[in-house]
Amino acid sequence: MKRRSLLAGAAALPLFSIVGRSAALGADPIKIGLLEDVSGDLAMMGLPKLHGSELAVEEINAKGGIMGRQIVLTHLDPQGDNARYQEFARRLLQRDKVDVLIGGITSASREAIRPIVDRQNALYFYTNQYEGGVCDGNMISVGAVPEQQLSTLIPWMVEKFGKRVYTIAADYNFGHLSAEWGRSILTPLGGQIVGEEFIPLGTSQFAQTIQNIQKAKPDWLYMLNVGAAQDSFFEQAMAAGLKLPMGSPIKIMLGFEHKRFPPPALENMYASANWFEELDTPAAEDFKKRWHAKFPKEIYINDMGYNAYVAINMYKMLVESAKSTNKDDIRKVIDKGGACLDAPEGEICIDPKSQHTSHHMRLISVDAKHQVHVVKDFGVIQPYWLSQVGCDLTKKDPKEQFSPDHLPKGT
Amino acid sequence: MFADLFAYFYQFADVFAFLVLSAAGLAVIFGMMGIINMAHGEFIMCGAYVTTAAYHAGLPLPVAQASGVIAAGVIGIVIEPVLIRPFYSRPLDSLLITWGLSLVVTQATLVLLGSSMPGIGTPSGGFHVGAYGFSTYRMILFVAALAVLAFIYVLFKRTRFGIHARATMQNAAMAQALGVRRNRIYALTFGIGAGLAGLCGALYAPTMTLIPTMGATFIVESFVTVVVGGANVLLGTAPAAVALAITRTALNGLYGQVFGQIGLLLAVVLIVRVLPEGFSGWLARRAG
Repeated sequence: MKRRSLLAGAAALPLFSIVGRSAALGADPIKIGLLEDVSGDLAMMGLPKLHGSELAVEEINAKGGIMGRQIVLTHLDPQGDNARYQEFARRLLQRDKVDVLIGGITSASREAIRPIVDRQNALYFYTNQYEGGVCDGNMISVGAVPEQQLSTLIPWMVEKFGKRVYTIAADYNFGHLSAEWGRSILTPLGGQIVGEEFIPLGTSQFAQTIQNIQKAKPDWLYMLNVGAAQDSFFEQAMAAGLKLPMGSPIKIMLGFEHKRFPPPALENMYASANWFEELDTPAAEDFKKRWHAKFPKEIYINDMGYNAYVAINMYKMLVESAKSTNKDDIRKVIDKGGACLDAPEGEICIDPKSQHTSHHMRLISVDAKHQVHVVKDFGVIQPYWLSQVGCDLTKKDPKEQFSPDHLPKGT
Repeated sequence: MFADLFAYFYQFADVFAFLVLSAAGLAVIFGMMGIINMAHGEFIMCGAYVTTAAYHAGLPLPVAQASGVIAAGVIGIVIEPVLIRPFYSRPLDSLLITWGLSLVVTQATLVLLGSSMPGIGTPSGGFHVGAYGFSTYRMILFVAALAVLAFIYVLFKRTRFGIHARATMQNAAMAQALGVRRNRIYALTFGIGAGLAGLCGALYAPTMTLIPTMGATFIVESFVTVVVGGANVLLGTAPAAVALAITRTALNGLYGQVFGQIGLLLAVVLIVRVLPEGFSGWLARRAG
């Protein structure tokens, strides 16, 4: 037993880092547990999330913490492995007894740890844009959801480029649900899916897919490919002379492909974003300056890194309004409505019924030189879909994920 | 009609090239030395990274790719006496040590060079057949795969080094007694395997995202090809790649990539069940 725990400890050692050790004298620190991939296939997207969290903690601690209590951030690196996500979530919640759990990149990792969060009855922030639909009182979603990203992007793409759409999606819950969303938004617009392909994660060769697209002759591509390997699509499509407009809820602001690939591989890519580094409002400029002062080597501040920064500030706002770190007290604050935060993108608020966040959405595009342009400003969009289909966390907590094909019973 | 036929051939050539190039290095090291090199993917990554760095430093692409191959090969030659040689009689331990090497290299690359490297961009040039557009570079990959197969055959069958190498692998003590410098053969053979892995990385670097774990993308295909090919790389690799490429291309085309992947793995199960020694064992028995 002793040897086993020693081994487990040794194995965990390199994954373990404690940030912001300087606890305040007197009051107990507030413990935040963070699960973000900073190694493995998703490392390059996960690293900004760790940085955003560290920046938020440093700024808050420098100004006296939350209600006079310093924040201690414990970060573990699950390396993109869902089993490790579960192990680390248990460790943070049960052994380290953190006050709040934040993190997770893929929807698969979120769904892996959500049952553990629910069993512990803990508070959890998911900081990525995602396929939407999680109606769970323990979870606060900080990223953008389909009614903010897809209901803006897809109609615009149809109007501008045409109704024939080819979907390329990663073969896991995010890809399947986002493809389903695409279908349900396209149908009333008279749109047509002329091809739909699900690609196993880790696949890097796309010759067949490219040929299928050339045969189907779509007007534009709906891109839901995930991870570094699948991003090889862009290079290979360009080399084969495939030059179609592309729309995606996860490219540019999330994967910063326009910074990673030589131009013009990402030309004609369109996305709907609540944050992208090229955003140049005064608040955004100030935020970027502080970020790059702390992390001068950051290639790009992506939306999930930004959301991670916002999440900790949102937690601070909630705890200070509730005057407690207790989850039920915090949820009472959210239930009352008006749980809003002045974020770098503008004011955003938590919707009491779904515990998702309103966002200022903009349509962005990439040109041949990989410059990003704002094509359209949609203004602030509420996360309305869940409450529309009957999720109301102020009354009932089903702890379930819904989708256009899987609606709550009785609606 | 011709366009569709050519499209099928192109898809086959593309999968075939990927299987051969990703498996060649592993096949040489396993077939000749009996070492299962778990760090195979990291030699591929090394080839890709050195190629990209050299290209960004201003070298033309073919020269950059050559430097990627040489870098991986030299590293292989250096690593063999240090890490591999003590474990020739302990295959399981050699598996463990190369796996450890792969973990160390992946993490070290992440820490030292960051989570990704800016890419090169696929060399331009494409052609059209009917309604389809094709990339010339993918055809170059196919030619390179054929050249690699020819290179392995000529090297081990037709050169003095090849004869010495095969003699050493069959009976090291006897070969040494006859004046073959055993240790040099070991180091060079391992270096050639590592260099071939580096070549795979160098050739695919312009078409892929460069991250420390990129070697993992090639691992399944390379192991599968070697397993199906069997112990004799000279006989096994080419028919294994042809059989698997046909299976995968057909399923990819008919049902999409998920079924292509499933079919590839099912084909392996089936082939190993029917031909336990792989294609090379079967061919050798027929010839014998």
